Amino acid sequence: MTPTHAQPAASSADTVWTEPVSLIDRIPRSIAMIAMFIAFVAIWQLVVLSGLVSPIILASPKETLEQIVFVGHNLLIGDYMLGALWITTKEVIYSFALAIAIGFSLGVMVGETGFGERALMPYLVAIDTMPKIAFAPLFIAWLGFDIHSKVALATFVAVFPIVVGTAAGLHAADENARLLFKTMGASRLQTLFKMKLPTGLPHFFTGLKIASVGVMAGAITGEFLGGGKGFGELIRVAASQLDTARVFSLIIYLSLLGLATFGAVVWVQRRFVFWQKSSVGGNALT
Amino acid sequence: MMAAVPAGAPAGLDARPVYELRNVTKVFPKRNVHALDRVDLTLTQGSFASVIGASGCGKSTLLKIMAGLLPPSSGSVRLAGSQVSGPRRDIGMMFQQATLFPWRTTMENVVLPIEIRDGKAAANAKHDAAAALLELVGLKDFANAFPNELSGGMAQRAAICRMLITEPAVLLLDEPFSALDELTRDFMNMEMQRICMACNATSFLVTHSIQEAVILSDVVYVMSPRPGRFVEAVAVDLPRPRTLDMITTPRFGALVDRIRNRLDRGAFL
Repeated sequence: MTPTHAQPAASSADTVWTEPVSLIDRIPRSIAMIAMFIAFVAIWQLVVLSGLVSPIILASPKETLEQIVFVGHNLLIGDYMLGALWITTKEVIYSFALAIAIGFSLGVMVGETGFGERALMPYLVAIDTMPKIAFAPLFIAWLGFDIHSKVALATFVAVFPIVVGTAAGLHAADENARLLFKTMGASRLQTLFKMKLPTGLPHFFTGLKIASVGVMAGAITGEFLGGGKGFGELIRVAASQLDTARVFSLIIYLSLLGLATFGAVVWVQRRFVFWQKSSVGGNALT
Repeated sequence: MMAAVPAGAPAGLDARPVYELRNVTKVFPKRNVHALDRVDLTLTQGSFASVIGASGCGKSTLLKIMAGLLPPSSGSVRLAGSQVSGPRRDIGMMFQQATLFPWRTTMENVVLPIEIRDGKAAANAKHDAAAALLELVGLKDFANAFPNELSGGMAQRAAICRMLITEPAVLLLDEPFSALDELTRDFMNMEMQRICMACNATSFLVTHSIQEAVILSDVVYVMSPRPGRFVEAVAVDLPRPRTLDMITTPRFGALVDRIRNRLDRGAFL
């Protein structure tokens, strides 16, 4: 709207009215993230310099950086740390694959059949409310100190979000879609594969993302409690030697494995659920 | 007692009956609901009929029985000479929501009924027919678009194509445009008339809107609840093709008034 007749003299008022934006709101994300990181390291350094915390408990940023370089070098030349990381990676891959297979099957049973929902769901909910990490000693007792007990624990931790995601996904189709498939004379399998499963994919992937975090937690906990030759064991040894700088650096490399797992799920989701607009963005777990 | 309902065959049309309901009754014993009571209905080839009534008057039950989704308690339901005993490919249906599947292109959504009934190869073979339908509804350029690129009205046009792809003998329309804004809805109603006339379709519309029923129909069945039954069949003698201008004519107003009066009385009987 141009108020020409109301203010004929105000020709200089042609500039577009803009909402004031504060300087802070204009900072781009990358700059903001770097600034936050610098502030974090600065506070860390200050705490170390102040002498309030013993250097044995909190390593300085410099020591940590040295350890990051050391561990990175060890990984790059393929020394024992790379072997340990590979063992943990294998545990994560095996248990994630197992969790997907078992979780999806159970999810379809619970979500698609009334019997599964009545017979299985109460047990699944009951087990899901238990602290699953507490089962670690049992798995070690049953399966030994080798990779198997870690895979079992990680699978156990990761399977429930996938069951829930799959079952919720199968219930996500609305009444209209069900009615439409009925009028088309679709069989139960057709309804499942052509409508319910695709409709439920976003829920399934939400479950997968939660599971990808759980699978890491399960594998590392298994290694803490059950020994072996994985990355968790390296962390445990470094911590027992009060080498906090080493612990920090190992965790940072371990988190790369977690990021890779999560990123793989997001990548697959973008390919398969291309119609869902905001697949990651600010809300990573939906 | 129920008023005698004349079978509404509009003048000048081939009066061959396509869909016939005789004495259809539906009782839900568990809920102790008498949903439909001795409903008689005849749809003739190329005619457009509507049923109008308050919520809960049994319209949806009637439509579900006609679609073969629900068995009647008694009475006969015959489409093209054979008893309806389940979903059939010669029944086309459309709902308030377009319900297009977002992982399928418009084209793939349109041929979905063929894919379900005859498999993927048959669906692919129908792409030309689907393209012709998309052109008929004005969606020619959106065949390969995904549903999230379509507006509400466009999505309902695609749903019309999906309904028509099996060449159904009868179209059952369950408030198809009531989720659209009023301007789009008026426009889509005119489009629906054009498409039905182009296909010589036999159509049955369920609606809450008296104006919509009158502008589209040859006969409007007024339904009253508990138990659901037709209290009157109002023949709409406005010439075709109808236009939105007719809404302001005295004849249109008289028909709307008549239906509204019947509805008011029916609701309190």
